[in-house]
Amino acid sequence: MKIAVDEAPFSPWEALAQYERDVVQPAFPGKFGAAATFIGTMRDFNEGDGVHAMTLEHYPGMTEKQLQLILDEAFNKWKLLDALLLHRVGELKPQEPIVLVAVWSAHRKDAFEACRHIMEALKSRAPFWKKEQLDGGAGRWVEKNSDGY
Amino acid sequence: MIVWSDTVRKPVCEGNSMTVKVKFFASLKEQMGCDGATVEIGEVATAADVWLQASGGKALPPNVLVAVNMEYTDQNQGVKSGDEVAFFPPVTGG
Repeated sequence: MKIAVDEAPFSPWEALAQYERDVVQPAFPGKFGAAATFIGTMRDFNEGDGVHAMTLEHYPGMTEKQLQLILDEAFNKWKLLDALLLHRVGELKPQEPIVLVAVWSAHRKDAFEACRHIMEALKSRAPFWKKEQLDGGAGRWVEKNSDGY
Repeated sequence: MIVWSDTVRKPVCEGNSMTVKVKFFASLKEQMGCDGATVEIGEVATAADVWLQASGGKALPPNVLVAVNMEYTDQNQGVKSGDEVAFFPPVTGG
């Protein structure tokens, strides 16, 4: 299991391939039949306005602690073999990946359901905050998440 | 040697003041004009008391979330010297 919160831009596709090759395959050779992933990417629009940049703030220490709790819950509820969770903070531009959630399991039900649960729990409980820079020049805090269901 | 118990509390003398570290995040940090403070508290204090001290008596906005030592709680949670008490708006990550 790996959790990382980082200011550095990342490629979710490369991170996934590397983690599966270097961690999941050696630990569970022949045992995983399913991997489910979610990738969240920055849009250039929100609530009818153009957005050209975004700052993601977090609470160092508590953010990682809450992410760990969320993954622990998922491992208790579903039969999972491994999980990878990466989240950007700092200054972002449109098209840059914000979050990657990936889980590996023997069967698809556990992988699909756990991945969804982790993502929704992250949205409601992990202390991150987005401030958008609108095309007109104003800064605007995002006040609530869109409905995920 | 005196052993201080829960019923016989250590006297609050000079140098024994009880303080908690307060943190604000995101829009609340901007509204407060700082990212936190160290405030003195009484022997029996809640997170709500800490907010009043740190905010200069402002009412706690209803949507503000409270964490003590990086765990979610509510404003009625008791706090003790050395705790870290954080106040922040609803989270919007992912």
